[in-house]
Amino acid sequence: MLTYYFDLALRSCRRSKALTALVVLLMGCGVATCMVTFAVFRATAADPIPWKSNQLFVPQIDNFGPAHNGKGEPPQLLSYTDAVALLHAQQARRQVLIYGSKWTVLPDDAQQPLSQEGDAVSHDFFAMFDAPFRYGGGWSASDDDQRAAVVVISSALNQKLFGGADSVGRQINLDTHTYRIVGVLDDWNPSPRFFDMSSAWYPFSHPRQLYLPFSRAIDLQKAASVNFYCSTNSVDAALPNWDSVLHSECAWIAAWVELPTRADVARYRDWLHNYAAEQQHVGRFAWPPNVRLSDVGQWLHIMNVVPKASALSMIVSVSFLLICLVNVVGLMLARFMRRAPEIGVRRALGASRGAIYRQFLIEAAAIGLVGGVLGLLLTALGMAGIGHVFEPEIARLATLDASLLLLTMLLAVATTLIAALYPTWRAAQVQPAWQLKSNG
Amino acid sequence: MIQIRPILAALRRHKMATLLIVLQIALTLAVVSNALFIVKTRVVHLSRPSGVDEAHLFAIRNEWIGLPDVPHIDAQMRADLATLRSLPGVRDAFASASYPLEQGGGGLAHIKHQVAQTTKPQLALSYFADEHALDTFGTALVAGRNFRADEIGRLGPYDKLAPAVIIITRDLTHKLFPDGAAVGQHVYLSDDNPSTIVGVVDRLEGSYAGSSTRSIDEDTVLVPARYASSDDGAAYAGGVVYLVRTQPGQLETALRTAPAALVAQSRLRLISPEDGVVTLAQARTKAYATDRGVAIMMAAVCMLLLLATAGGIVGLSSFWVGQRRRSIGVRRALGATRGDILRYFQVENALIVGIGVVLGVALGVAANLSLMTHYELPRMPLWVLGVGALLLWLLGQLAVFGPARRAAAVPPVEATRPG
Repeated sequence: MLTYYFDLALRSCRRSKALTALVVLLMGCGVATCMVTFAVFRATAADPIPWKSNQLFVPQIDNFGPAHNGKGEPPQLLSYTDAVALLHAQQARRQVLIYGSKWTVLPDDAQQPLSQEGDAVSHDFFAMFDAPFRYGGGWSASDDDQRAAVVVISSALNQKLFGGADSVGRQINLDTHTYRIVGVLDDWNPSPRFFDMSSAWYPFSHPRQLYLPFSRAIDLQKAASVNFYCSTNSVDAALPNWDSVLHSECAWIAAWVELPTRADVARYRDWLHNYAAEQQHVGRFAWPPNVRLSDVGQWLHIMNVVPKASALSMIVSVSFLLICLVNVVGLMLARFMRRAPEIGVRRALGASRGAIYRQFLIEAAAIGLVGGVLGLLLTALGMAGIGHVFEPEIARLATLDASLLLLTMLLAVATTLIAALYPTWRAAQVQPAWQLKSNG
Repeated sequence: MIQIRPILAALRRHKMATLLIVLQIALTLAVVSNALFIVKTRVVHLSRPSGVDEAHLFAIRNEWIGLPDVPHIDAQMRADLATLRSLPGVRDAFASASYPLEQGGGGLAHIKHQVAQTTKPQLALSYFADEHALDTFGTALVAGRNFRADEIGRLGPYDKLAPAVIIITRDLTHKLFPDGAAVGQHVYLSDDNPSTIVGVVDRLEGSYAGSSTRSIDEDTVLVPARYASSDDGAAYAGGVVYLVRTQPGQLETALRTAPAALVAQSRLRLISPEDGVVTLAQARTKAYATDRGVAIMMAAVCMLLLLATAGGIVGLSSFWVGQRRRSIGVRRALGATRGDILRYFQVENALIVGIGVVLGVALGVAANLSLMTHYELPRMPLWVLGVGALLLWLLGQLAVFGPARRAAAVPPVEATRPG
């Protein structure tokens, strides 16, 4: 029966070539535009750490106050005072402080010095974000306490400096100080790089090559390279030296806590609230506690990670598909109703309504399949040209993989079927007797 | 006019098909007008002049190695500038912390008329500059004078920004002093000392060129200082940016000789081989890549959309013509001319597009309003919708012309055929 319906569909397509071509073209274009923009959207809106994203939280503490904060929301980063208090309170399973800086690497041989971007992090960082190591590992809590001159480097930097060999235990010169390499990371590039995007800004580019102990970077008076903002509204918040930076109400440190259970989250929320209340009590804050605790998903939303161009083009292409869909409904209606006499004959000869439904839906699915194939070709073409529309570092993330191929076909067939529902219903309503009579 | 009533009667028999075309016209108008509006704002945004001689300018981002202190960096910067200015093919050069179209890097100045003013300070973007800055940028003074060599100070990472004199852009004078001359006036960049405005330049864009700073991109303050820092400070990135303006035709040569001359001067510096030297033309391309990309994509989607709508109208009109062959034959047999039939279909189409346009205008405005809340888009002027409506109406007439001509060609004898 299926082959018979396919045969009928083929015959009808042969009879109205232009109409069929138009429907296939519309579906192909609509689906392809959607898939290309979706590929980019998916790349930027993806969960960077799906196995743990509901256990990792960003605490925010409002140290700016209602007069200076952004529409009642606390700053996205913490002051040194709050960050260190949070680290030492040990109220979560793990807690990490992060800030980004630039470091000058001085190779011992004749190589040119390199400027590298690095994060100053506390020791829990690697375990909290499941950073994979190629050689060695992170540093210990006592290294943090002793402000040890240790460093974890990326595989890219290891390749550049040591040709990819196991460099654990070797020395590296950063900003004219000597550090011992304790670990080399594997290729690790979560995108977005959610953990330091508030401090280091670029969520999709500027991968970090170095990770050093937070306490040591503070000792070296290493300033944050990208994001540093203060509650006062004067130009620079009158910071005559490093000590005043540490004691200022300026925000520049990103904090993360790991809270495995809901009870932990509730407990931590209380602790955060109490901490702010205490700060109000001792007179540091002149306002009631204003704190937030956001998991990875909420944090990505707060940080507006999805580029506007990506979200905007997703909206436009979905509207485009919708318009194509409306168009296809009209064309399908024309196509099916033109065959009213044929339906009348089939019905008169004993075909049930169900048979008519099956016939036309199969025809629609077949057209959708062809539209999907065209959509695939156009999607592949679009993915090749994606670099002209989106920034290279974002375009690079969008890839044409098996799931996207499958999704393209599914979307094409599903939309064509949806578009065919009403026309098919109309076709099934054709009265056999009336059609036969009017055909004379 | 006479034909509208029978058209409505006929359309009533094809409610669904009519509704589909109306819906499609409405959606197309809403999407196309919004997309074209986005294209327009992007094109306006990315074609803004920076106010500098982009064709002959390049920037060198230089970082210091070995954490030298402020006096050492300052001495090195003076030596570097002397080296750069004496290079053949170089017209002028100066040191700053950022350059136009860099997409960041510059400082944000909060300008106050009085120390204790309660109103919000005027925001502006700042460049460090010296007496060579105006000639290097290639921007002209419209009032006042240039900096003098003895006015150029030295600024360390923890020093306050309180220059005795500043030069600002004309755009900023309009915001600070809406009714009066700016030269000679005092303003405060910090609470310590007033700064006297000694000069006003015609036009100079800040270093951001982004959509978030759009409202102050032309409000720039030139601060007479060399910023000497080896490490990133609270307000500025560490290191220095040398801006170099070359003689016509000498850009390519200077791009090679300038960094080499600096390294020959002193090796304790780092100029990234990948992106340490950037021409302003490259900076412009990079800064507006997204804007251009969005504009191209929107324009392409608009084209496809209009084609799809035209295709839909052709398809459905053909179907209607096919269905109405008999009644067309009857009308022809009763004396209607070919022109009458042609006009019938065209008026019908104009009517349907008209209904679609009314619906589309409402949808388009609604879409614009919701986009405004999410994407910092300005309000869409109504004429954009008008242009879109006209475009769709023309497109409809064009699309229906083929099927209508085929309808007009139906011979009167069709009336006698069954169908």
